[in-house]
Amino acid sequence: MSRIEKKFNELKELNKKALITFVTAGDPNLEGTKKIVIQMEKDGADIIELGIPYSDPIAEGPVIQAANERALKNSIRIKDIFDMVKDMRVTAKVPLVFLLYFNCIFKYGPDKFFSDCVSSGVDGVIIPDLPFEESDELDEVVSKYDVDIISLVAPTSKERIEKIAKRSKGFLYCVSSLGVTGVRNKFSTDFNEFFSYINKYTSIPKAIGFGISTPEHIKNLKGYCDGLIVGSAMVKQVERSSNIDEAVKNVSDYVKTLREAMDS
Amino acid sequence: MDLHKKGRYGEFGGQYVPETLMNALLTLETEYEKYKNDPEFIKEFQFYLKEYGGRPSLLYFAERMTKDLGGAKIYLKREDLNHTGSHKINNVLGQALLAYKMGKKRIIAETGAGQHGVATATAAVLFGLECEVFMGEEDMERQSLNVFRMNLLGAKVRKVTSGTGTLKDATSEAMREWVARVEDTFYCLGSVVGPHPYPAIVRDFQSVIGNEVREQIMRKEGKLPDYLIACVGGGSNAMGLFHPFLNDKEVGMIGCEAAGEGVDTDKHAASITKGSIGVLHGMKSYFLQDDDGQITPVFSISAGLDYPGIGPEHANFHATGRAQYVPVTDKEAVNAFQYLTKTEGIIPAIESAHAVAHALKLAPTLPKDKIIVINVSGRGDKDVYSVARYMGVKINE
Repeated sequence: MSRIEKKFNELKELNKKALITFVTAGDPNLEGTKKIVIQMEKDGADIIELGIPYSDPIAEGPVIQAANERALKNSIRIKDIFDMVKDMRVTAKVPLVFLLYFNCIFKYGPDKFFSDCVSSGVDGVIIPDLPFEESDELDEVVSKYDVDIISLVAPTSKERIEKIAKRSKGFLYCVSSLGVTGVRNKFSTDFNEFFSYINKYTSIPKAIGFGISTPEHIKNLKGYCDGLIVGSAMVKQVERSSNIDEAVKNVSDYVKTLREAMDS
Repeated sequence: MDLHKKGRYGEFGGQYVPETLMNALLTLETEYEKYKNDPEFIKEFQFYLKEYGGRPSLLYFAERMTKDLGGAKIYLKREDLNHTGSHKINNVLGQALLAYKMGKKRIIAETGAGQHGVATATAAVLFGLECEVFMGEEDMERQSLNVFRMNLLGAKVRKVTSGTGTLKDATSEAMREWVARVEDTFYCLGSVVGPHPYPAIVRDFQSVIGNEVREQIMRKEGKLPDYLIACVGGGSNAMGLFHPFLNDKEVGMIGCEAAGEGVDTDKHAASITKGSIGVLHGMKSYFLQDDDGQITPVFSISAGLDYPGIGPEHANFHATGRAQYVPVTDKEAVNAFQYLTKTEGIIPAIESAHAVAHALKLAPTLPKDKIIVINVSGRGDKDVYSVARYMGVKINE
């Protein structure tokens, strides 16, 4: 059983929902990312997503795009991120998930990439530009390694949800609404309808992401699913900080607020 | 062609897009398959190409150029004479008609040089659609005339400041907008790039170029050309010229990539000559990138060729050897721009001048009974400022 599955099982027994937090690796530098991840675990993040910076992040809104640009300015390499994870794994027990674009895996070499995931302690991978139609490209390689490929479904997926959900490992990433990542004031999606499709086809844990930023969002959405993902709003905490210590503090305060909303 | 997977050209192509777009792409594919064989749609498309676009475009025997170079006979396919000034209108009339038939009220597009943006804004007027065009900050500056034209046509031009502020980033931003408004918006892609079915749709709508050339050259010469030459950024004018000759093995095809300051510098946009296989904007193809898959900045005097990749069908033509791709520098393109202007009285787009530049090298090496067709994909009015700047000539802009 993967670290992600175990986490969802544990939470279920405690009657709790997963708080999944996101940070862009290398924003503003890798030492900072490491401190932020360790602090997020302490403050109650159940799963942590690390965004791998990319030159052309097609599914990201302005906040995460800017974080990617900040990270890439430091000429950060994927190899350095793996090294950081390995280093962090000495103490960190939290399930770690990479969010990255397919070209990064393709150019790195899929076999080497998933092998490095296993050896450094990356538990899952989210690839926002690899839909069901293209996912068999990684099948052969992925089957050799114990890494969860987390699939995404969107409100536009409709009858596609069945085949997508069947492939998903770890959890199913449910995109809250149309559009790219980033803070939204409200969601126009009919979650009852969306989840009636999803629940009909799968019993895998489900997490909602895209646009979640306030305790109110959490209270309104947590009833539909097993976990909630907070991305851009977390990256904003880093963006508004003038140094690493301040970023760690801002992230910490924010994660605590979110945790409270999750558990109340 | 390997068709075991949908939308593939050999190993190239595919649909590497966020899940939110998948149903929209599948719907587009179904609708396109329906309309492309619908006699009524074909009749309407041809009506607009002829009555509005001004087709067929001429195939002109460049006698003075032929004489001057002393080799192969040179013909110019005059896409520059189309309404809006380039080949872009062919594809746009097709896609706007498709959008209209599909009941979409809003059309978006990316643009580099502004030719596709102007063509889309024009077709939006024709079909009564709301129009927004995404354009990189740098391109808006070097093609300010086209920005003004789009505004005149009632389109909203959205400035893209992310990344390098050129065509690549405009394309990314247009795709992001489509993800946000996929339900009421039609994305009118301007080249043979992007996720399936776009490369096929754009190729089919642009194939009118090659189909006309075949008919025109048979009438004038009674035989097929020996070489087809066209510039390639994403590759739509080249694909439109090449594709109808795909099975005529004796017809050589040459795509001219933007080599900027030279392929041995880091300032170029030669994605086949210097790139490697990767995935961007929904397609697997050749891209300029580093070992981590980060797309590297590109450079060209021509905003329309300033793109770090190439359409997947071209990638396959290269991989299988069906077409040849050669780099042409800014300097060579500017020389060819002036050459065609002075020799034939035709000012080509700086993009098309890349194709002319290669013909200047090739024609003198060939015997006089050989025939070259150059695609003059657009006219050069929009480029006079940047060419003047390149030449160090000051004019009031």
